[in-house]
Amino acid sequence: MADPFRPPPVPGPRLGFALMGLGALLLCIGSYLGLFVAPSESYMGDVYRIMYVHVPTAWNTMLAFTFAFGAALAFLIKGEFKWDARLEAAVEVGVMMAGLLCLQGSIWAKPTWGVWWDWDPRLTTTAVMFFAFVGILALRRFVEDPVKRATWSAVATIVAYADVPIVYFSVRWWNSLHQMQSSPETVSRAFLIPLRTNAFAVLFLMAGLITVRTRIAALRLRQEMAPPLPEPASGLAAEGAR
Amino acid sequence: MTQLLAAVHKEWLLQSRAVAPLVAVLVFGATALLLFSFAVGPDYELLRGNAPGFLWLALLLSSTLTLAESFQAEMEHRALEGQLLLPASATAVYYAKALANWAQLALLGIALVPLMVALYDANLPRPLALFGIIALGTAGLSAPGTLYAAMTHQARSRQTLLPLLLFPLVVPVLIASVKATSLLMLGDPMGQVWSWTLLLFAFDAIHWSLCGLLFGRVVED
Repeated sequence: MADPFRPPPVPGPRLGFALMGLGALLLCIGSYLGLFVAPSESYMGDVYRIMYVHVPTAWNTMLAFTFAFGAALAFLIKGEFKWDARLEAAVEVGVMMAGLLCLQGSIWAKPTWGVWWDWDPRLTTTAVMFFAFVGILALRRFVEDPVKRATWSAVATIVAYADVPIVYFSVRWWNSLHQMQSSPETVSRAFLIPLRTNAFAVLFLMAGLITVRTRIAALRLRQEMAPPLPEPASGLAAEGAR
Repeated sequence: MTQLLAAVHKEWLLQSRAVAPLVAVLVFGATALLLFSFAVGPDYELLRGNAPGFLWLALLLSSTLTLAESFQAEMEHRALEGQLLLPASATAVYYAKALANWAQLALLGIALVPLMVALYDANLPRPLALFGIIALGTAGLSAPGTLYAAMTHQARSRQTLLPLLLFPLVVPVLIASVKATSLLMLGDPMGQVWSWTLLLFAFDAIHWSLCGLLFGRVVED
């Protein structure tokens, strides 16, 4: 039987860059439609247009962390390092997107709610999720042994992911300013097309980033797990010393 | 079960022979309560209203000291490895350690209550119910805290890592415990305390089972 704890295969760079290119193209189209074609919203005016990046970022942040959770489970079950590389990539991209999500939310909140931040269930959950996964990235930086690092970050990812719904329900009992989820029935078609285009754009961008980051993590793991270089021959060492 | 009892007995021996760290954590918690009152000022109305939050913040901060030190004895001379080679089940080792941490934190919480009453002039109409909330809240801190302490104790910068991992995770415990304590101390006309207690029960049940399940993977070599 093959040793599961062998260095992971390194995925090629093409797929990641192709996905990011496709995502960037779709983001240009979706943002053009959202900024110049879609009509203004009757209550918020043009401020609402940040929705075309904010909502897709929110959906895909959850997807990134869900993928990280799946990778953590797969690593603990199979013990293959390719899942550790994927976990590292998904957590890092997810943290970046959760940070962007908080930033976009604040930019939207100031003109509509009058404050940069509100202790609303969804904002609080996102902030807690951000810090919980930042902790996992920090844990990875402080552990040198690849096996321990992979196992511990998989365990921490599972615990953090299981905690998100509990945080959500705990803060939900407070009064909320954030609107409830919209559905295609409650959103005008003029708003829906740019929103969906950007949702796929962010999805492709995120998938591309995760693919490229997985490659970097796999390369680093291969370097860490490579056998040490042989000792230089004594003659050569003496030559070097001279 | 026999293994769990043996591991609990070992924890009892460890704790009973090292009283100084317990006293140090108690003094730390008391100092934190004192410092919080400086942040607000001598307004008793304000202090009384914030007393539940201050109590739980003091407990949360003190818990990092208790948890960070909890694996100290196990790591010296590779004692944990020795236990697992005996072979003692990792689950029994985890539950004994989590129970010991829980007992320490619950006792600390109960010991800080009189100080909170004295410093903040807080009302304490239902002390037994408050002790119940302290027991549930500290159980929520100790279950994931013990798991993370086992990890971070073997890593660099463990004093930084443990709170970084633990604090975001125990946000529901903090919210529910502060709300339940506030309702018990300041009045509960709508009968809401039960719903927050239920949330604490749910958090404890999930984390005591999940962390017990995952601990074996954390300490395996």
